[in-house]
Order: sequence, then structure tokens, then C-alpha cells
Amino acid sequence: MLNPKLFLNQAIFETKIDEKATRDGFGDALISLGEKNKDVVVLTADLSESTRAEGFAKKFPERFFEVGVAEQNMAAIAAGLAISGKIPFICSYAVFSPGKNLETIRTTIAYNNANVKIAGHHSGIATGADGATHQATEDIAITRSLPGVTVFVPCDFWEAKKITLESVNIKGPVYLRFTRDKTPVITSEKTPFNQRAIESFWISENPKATIFATGYMLYYALLSAKALEQKGIDTIVANLATIKPADEKTIVDLARQSGRVVTVEDHQVMGGMGSMIAEVLAKNLPTPMEFVGLQDTFGESGKPVELLRKYKMDETAIIEAVEKVITR
Amino acid sequence: MDTPLLLDDKLKELELKAVEARKLVIEMLLEAGSGHSAGPLGMADIFVALYFHILNHDPKKPDLRDRDRLILSNGHICPIRYAVMAMSGYFEKEELKTLRKINSRLQGHPHRNSLPGLETTSGPLGEGLSQGIGIALSAKLDKKKYHTFVIASDGEQEEGNTWEAVMFAGKAKLNNLTLIIDRNNIQIDGFTENVMPLEPLKDKYIAFNWEVLEVNGNNIREFVDAVSKAKSIFEKPTVIIAHTIPGFGVSFMEKDFTWHGKPPNDSQAKKALEELRTLQGRIQNEG
Repeated sequence: MLNPKLFLNQAIFETKIDEKATRDGFGDALISLGEKNKDVVVLTADLSESTRAEGFAKKFPERFFEVGVAEQNMAAIAAGLAISGKIPFICSYAVFSPGKNLETIRTTIAYNNANVKIAGHHSGIATGADGATHQATEDIAITRSLPGVTVFVPCDFWEAKKITLESVNIKGPVYLRFTRDKTPVITSEKTPFNQRAIESFWISENPKATIFATGYMLYYALLSAKALEQKGIDTIVANLATIKPADEKTIVDLARQSGRVVTVEDHQVMGGMGSMIAEVLAKNLPTPMEFVGLQDTFGESGKPVELLRKYKMDETAIIEAVEKVITR
Repeated sequence: MDTPLLLDDKLKELELKAVEARKLVIEMLLEAGSGHSAGPLGMADIFVALYFHILNHDPKKPDLRDRDRLILSNGHICPIRYAVMAMSGYFEKEELKTLRKINSRLQGHPHRNSLPGLETTSGPLGEGLSQGIGIALSAKLDKKKYHTFVIASDGEQEEGNTWEAVMFAGKAKLNNLTLIIDRNNIQIDGFTENVMPLEPLKDKYIAFNWEVLEVNGNNIREFVDAVSKAKSIFEKPTVIIAHTIPGFGVSFMEKDFTWHGKPPNDSQAKKALEELRTLQGRIQNEG
């Protein structure tokens, strides 16, 4: 059942569900940060509308910098602003930032421990029709391998807003991952957000498997848990909003409760959230695992739901992964 | 803050300091056993002019809020920066011997968080001007008067990031930012004009809405005058194209690109130090 303590959207399993984009949560949060903190500045590389930096730009034009199509320049300018006391958010598509400008981020932001917040938009195959060139599917792997960088992946609009607000309380580089399309609203304004702790969104008495999901894929994990329950297979579904630093204790506890693990992410399975879980469990509690995500392949154009089906990342694929892992 | 007039006595003092800094560079590189020789020697005059005459800074308070910012983009020439910082009193000269060694604050390429007084981390080329822009923008937002200087190599003009930054600084009219290009014509693989022609470099910057000044970068007075002029230009950033002789002061290193990225051995260092002592004597005996 849905965890009753988290004020989750009780209509989540209805056919008609409220949907909002995580990037809109980001945009709303930027405006309130701008009002509260005069050191917050925003930069974009010719993507102010689609990264939702636009609202901030209109309200605080003197603290908004349009750098043109130049993601490396954007990252290093932000580093310069940060070491001078500002809190810059750099906004682009994740394939370009932290993709194209990786080394700039590594040297000028991560190695400098500069207080820059990197907002990576249009992540995953959920970017859809634009095709694989614009679907960031390696950005978690990139950012989590950079020393000192915090990595957040919000599951929905509300969490995106809370995570963005929270990011300025961390002194140092933070990566924030957003999705283009509207996705199901899973949480509510009242749902608590603790960046250090993994929360179980679906709980059961006698779980046979623990599903760790990140981003909007949490919705499909919850649908799978509900369907599996009807088949008599109880599970736990945990929301991985903070990929790094890892909440190792909770990961181990949740894996121990069921003895089986499935990870679910719209990202390459190599180096992503699932790899992080595997690293933690290999050290502390070796556990049979299945990984739902992109299996060393690129996406393509199509509707997000079509792509999830084709690349075996939808509800059916998650159910199959759980059924497989519990027989191992 | 205006740059003070450079009197003859002060000029001579700076010229002697530049030779002293070159000697420290040779000693450091010999001790380190790796590193870059030509660039640091060529830029000694400019670093001495900056630290001992131009910059508003306090070696005892490296995080002074209103200090002028000096960003070294081509981090590989850091031995000269370290040498001049030690001479200025940021740390003891003894520490120069730790360059490139384990547990040293003097990393092979400079790391901001390792050594107070370094503004940025550098080595990967083409990033210094962008960071300088961020610092200069911050000064404008905070209504601060400090000036931001960025030193870059000519080779790194080949980086795409450089031109992203040049375009932005022109757009933002950052008159509180001065770029100094070490135009020494060499890079690792050879002469710049063979590896990737940069000329007409001046015209490129003019086309990007910059003010351009050209000086002999091994002439301290010319450089100091150019900086004064750069600071008086409003509505535009300024680039000072400083023509330098790579390896300046050591005859067998001068203008030879093979000295870009290697240190001297024992006998080469001995010869280099002899030549530099002779140069020092010559300056001392000048009228």
C-alpha cells in the first residue's frame, strides 16, 4: 500500500491522473529563490523557455545572463560568479550540460568546489520526439562520478520544487535532473523532503522484492507494485531522489527486508542509479538484482510511452524483472 | 584603483626582480624534474609588474574582498606565478621546492583550493577568460571597484571556449576586465602559425568589440603603460597582446618550441643560472 505517512497523491492509481512537469517545479522554485536570496543568479545557453528559466529572467533581469549557445562558457562563467559569492543556476539540456561541457564542469565547478547548481533538462528517453541526440541518458553516471557533486533526481513536480529550493542550502556543486513532459504528480505539497533519507512510497508486510526507482519512473514502479500485489507478490518501492551522497543505511535495510532488488531508471543501466545501489549492496549485503533502464543502447524518436515499451522500461518490464529476481 | 607612475628606480627594481623570478623558475623546474620552461621565463616581466606594481593585493590577506583578481588561464606556466607569489610574501621561497611533489600546495597545474592567493583552478585551456567574466560580472552586481586580469596563452586561442567567452565579454561591455595574451608564438607541437594560424589576432578581437593594445611583453614600462590605458577604456573589455620571447633570458631556450613542456637537466640549469646572473649584473650596472 501507499505509505500513509507521506501525504502521497491518493488518486495515483486512477486512470485520469494529475500531471505536471518537473521542469515547472524548477521554474517556480527559481522565482521564489530569487525573491528570498539576492545572491541567486541564473544563466542559460539559449534555452530560457524550455528550461523554465524564463520566469526568473523576467522578474530579475539584472541577475539573469543569456550566454548564447555556449555551454562551456556558461559553466565557467558560473564558476567565476560562484567563487565571488553568487549562487548560479546553469540551465540547459542535460546532453549539453553536463554532457558537452563535462571537463569545464569537472575543472571549474567540481574541483573548485564552486557553489554552482547544474540544472540538466530533457533527461531520459522521456524527451521523446526529439530523438536520441536530445535524450540525456548518461548524465547521472557523469555527475555521480565527479567528487563532491550532489546528485538529485526529483520524481515529480512537487519534489522538483522542493529539491531546487533545498539545493541552495548545500554549499557546493549540485546536479538537478529534470524531465521535459508532464509526468504524474505522485507527492503533494505536504510530502516531507529529506535530502539525506530514502523514503519508501509503497510498503508491505512481507516483501519479496525491493524496487528502487528514480525520477518519474517511480510512477511505473508504483503501478507495478500494485499489479504485483494483485498477483500475490508483495514489494517495497523506494524513491531515490538523492543519488549522491547515497543513503547507504536505508538501501541496505530495504534490501535486507526482501532479499531481492530491482532498480528502475530512465538512464543507461551502466553507471546510473542502479549501479550506485549495486555498489552499496556489493560492499554491505550482496543481493540478487535486476536493472530496468537502457541496456547499453540509444533511444530514438517516439512518444515516451512507446519508447518505454520498446526499450523494456515500462510497467510490464518492471513486473518481469521482479518475477525474475525472486526466482533467483 | 589607478596604477601609480613607474619611476626609473622602480623600473630597475622590477627588472631585477624579474631576473630573480626566472632564477627561481629554473631552480624549481630542476628540482621538480618535470614542467614547463619557456612560458614561465617569457612571462616573468609581466608577473613581476602585476604583483609588484599594478595589482591591489595583500599577500597576508589573500582573500581581501576588494583585491584585484588575477586569473591564470594557461595554468601550465604556474611556476612563474608561484615564484612571484613567494617573492611577494604569500609563502616562503623554500616551499617552491615542493612543486609537483606529493602533499604540495604547489600542484603541477594550479588548484584554487590548495593554495590561498590562487583565484581559480587552471590547466585545461580556454576556461580562464570565462571564469574571469564571472568574477567581473559579480563585481558589477556588487558595485565593487576591483579589476579582473586574465592571463591566457596564444595557443589557447585555438579553443572554442575562448571565443565563446570573447563574444560574451564584448556583449557585456566588461570594462573591468583585461585579458593579457602571451603571444610567444609557440605551443607544444610547434609554432602557432604552423599548428593553427592565429593571425590576424588583433583584427579578430576588434571584430568581437574589444579594445586591443599590443606591447612588447618583455618591456615592463610598455606593459605598465598599456594596463593604465586599458583601465581608462570604458564600454569595452581590453586585450593586451603581449609579444614575449619564450624562454627569455636563457639563450638556448629562447624561441625554441621544444622547451615548451620540459624542464632543464643539471647542466642546462647551471648554464641557465649563469646566464641569468650575467643578465642581473648587466641591469645593475646600467645607468
